[in-house]
Amino acid sequence: MAVKLTPQAPSAQPGPPEGDTPRTIVSRSSGSDKIFRGVLRSAGMAVLVINALILIFLILRSLSAFQRAGFGFFTTRSFFPETSSQFGIAALLPGSAEIAVVALLIAVPTGIGIALFISEYAPPALRGAMIAVIDLMAAIPSVIYALWGLFFLMPRILGFDQWLSHHLAFIPVFRFSKTNFVSNYAGAPFIAGVVVSLMVIPIITSLSRQVFSQAPQGEREAAYALGSTKWGMIRTVVLPFGRGGVIGASMLGLGRALGETIAVTFILTPIDNTGTFNIIHALEGGGNTITAEIANFIFQYDPKGKAALLACGLVLFASTLIVNSVASVIVSRSRSGAATQD
Amino acid sequence: MQQMTTAQPGKIALDPVPSEERVRTRTGSATGSATFIGAAAAALGLVWVIYERLLPFTGVLGFWLCWYAVFLIVYFVMARLQWDGLEARNRLFSVGFATGGAVAIAVVLDQVGYTFFRGSNAVGHVNFWTKSASLVGPLTKTMTVGGVLHAIVGSVEQLGLATLFAVPLGVTAALYLVEIGGGFARVVRTIVEAMTALPDLVSGLFIYVTLILSFGLTQSGFCAALAIGITMMPIVARASEVVLRVVPGTLREAAYAVGGTQWRTVRDVILPTARSGLATAIVLAMARGIGETAPVLLVAGYTKELNADPFSGPQTSLPLFIYYAIHVLATPPYIERGFGAGFALVVVVLILFTIARRIGGRAPGELTKRQRRRLSKEASTA
Repeated sequence: MAVKLTPQAPSAQPGPPEGDTPRTIVSRSSGSDKIFRGVLRSAGMAVLVINALILIFLILRSLSAFQRAGFGFFTTRSFFPETSSQFGIAALLPGSAEIAVVALLIAVPTGIGIALFISEYAPPALRGAMIAVIDLMAAIPSVIYALWGLFFLMPRILGFDQWLSHHLAFIPVFRFSKTNFVSNYAGAPFIAGVVVSLMVIPIITSLSRQVFSQAPQGEREAAYALGSTKWGMIRTVVLPFGRGGVIGASMLGLGRALGETIAVTFILTPIDNTGTFNIIHALEGGGNTITAEIANFIFQYDPKGKAALLACGLVLFASTLIVNSVASVIVSRSRSGAATQD
Repeated sequence: MQQMTTAQPGKIALDPVPSEERVRTRTGSATGSATFIGAAAAALGLVWVIYERLLPFTGVLGFWLCWYAVFLIVYFVMARLQWDGLEARNRLFSVGFATGGAVAIAVVLDQVGYTFFRGSNAVGHVNFWTKSASLVGPLTKTMTVGGVLHAIVGSVEQLGLATLFAVPLGVTAALYLVEIGGGFARVVRTIVEAMTALPDLVSGLFIYVTLILSFGLTQSGFCAALAIGITMMPIVARASEVVLRVVPGTLREAAYAVGGTQWRTVRDVILPTARSGLATAIVLAMARGIGETAPVLLVAGYTKELNADPFSGPQTSLPLFIYYAIHVLATPPYIERGFGAGFALVVVVLILFTIARRIGGRAPGELTKRQRRRLSKEASTA
């Protein structure tokens, strides 16, 4: 995503003649350089070591929970690890996924829209300001988002929730099976998802903006020369060019949304973990996620319960690490992300 | 990481180059603006009649969402009356994207403004900044008792320790990615990138599992600092890598050509060239680090007392104080104090953010006014 120093596209430069390979440079590095390179290597190594340690220690500490619950850990839709050995992450994971889906449904189109606005539409003066705003949006602490979501957004969104459930109830997502009091709409996954979406938008926007702004000038001009409007140019040049970056950005956003803790803990009304509530009805108050369960109960549970929570944490860590790694590979493999590689 | 890309590589200008007058093509027109304003007004009137008078709808948010939907339709129809379908669609999408930008600005302003508004009562008292919360009960109504000094001290100390831990490691890892590279570096880069979006709860969980459960340490500010450091490290590394990468390769080659070793090249050429960008990366990571709540939640411990020693006993930070005030204690006076702490936190983040923007506006190697003056003075005396 950095501005490239040397054009590496073979078409941009007259390449070397056929069969001409660069001479391999042979140099003996000095003693100080050996130490220096060693230090750099170990720093790179440390990144991997930290992740390996997280994995190892979480596995060690949660092993007993996996042994108690067995394979049922992935399928049981109830979570009372202190009293019963029948507990499973399936009681918590759907809640996390639901919020992440709501967040991404809002954040992906909005994020791409903002990125396009910044890279294609905004006048230069506004562009700098907009980039600053998006950076600031990423820098605002999640606890401030949580405060805002709980005290500012929630009272104002309830009427809209009610409106949705009144008039769009034929869509299962908006169906409301509880008594139709406004208070029953409070603390719903939908509201948490809206707040989380605002935290995901800066991630998607900044990455997408960077790939969009790298779309080749020649192809843009070609589109204009063929008589396309600005939107036509964006649709045929910028969006296809940035596809890999956008997919990767959305997956990074997914990782963020799955793991968001504070906003979700503040906003969701906790429910009992029997797994009987209807996960599809996003507007109904109450819900639970892996992160909220950990934050709320890690100090209250006995060692057996703690191990179960850590097992959930392990699943969260492993899944987000995989999702994020795949995302960054997609970004770097895509045409637009190639510039970030060596 | 974001604003680095605005820097132009290879722009090592001692004197400001007289910029050419750029030809601005006119994008707006009176008809276009009139169509826009007309559509907005028409939609407002129509929605008001339907939403408020004809149908039993309620809710401010719903009103504006309906207004926006109707506005888009009206705008498209009005554009279609004047231009062909292609142009009308073009205008519709321009407006849609601009709305996204406006929403982002509105959300940021609203969050900052709302926190300031709700927190203004608590922060108006001097004791809020100079006292800890040790004398504050859950129902202490008056704001003239106690404050968040303990949380401010905790935040500053934890952030300092976390920076000490994260910055050397992050910058060195970035140097590894840029200066050595290779196949293994690609793996490291992938992991670093994945770590930037890792749930922040996980780093707290990690410290909790290792230091507290396995090694038997008690909750302390130091543990919290380590957890914050783990979340800051990939941010520093990622942003530094972007900065180091735009250091012109010619500088590097020049240093090698005069016989510099790799270490001397990095120390005397690359790091000084990228200094302002690195500083931005670090300050930006600090702005992120100070607001981390989930990592410190598990490992810092909560206390109302002032504890200046990060190595023993629980130590509260600003975000943690907010968490306990709003989520755990949740009494009206405490909520007010929580917003006061939010006020303080937002101010700190805004200050750090402004610093980062100020030092980050320059390209690598681009000199400040003062540096330029000094150079020209040296040149004239030599």
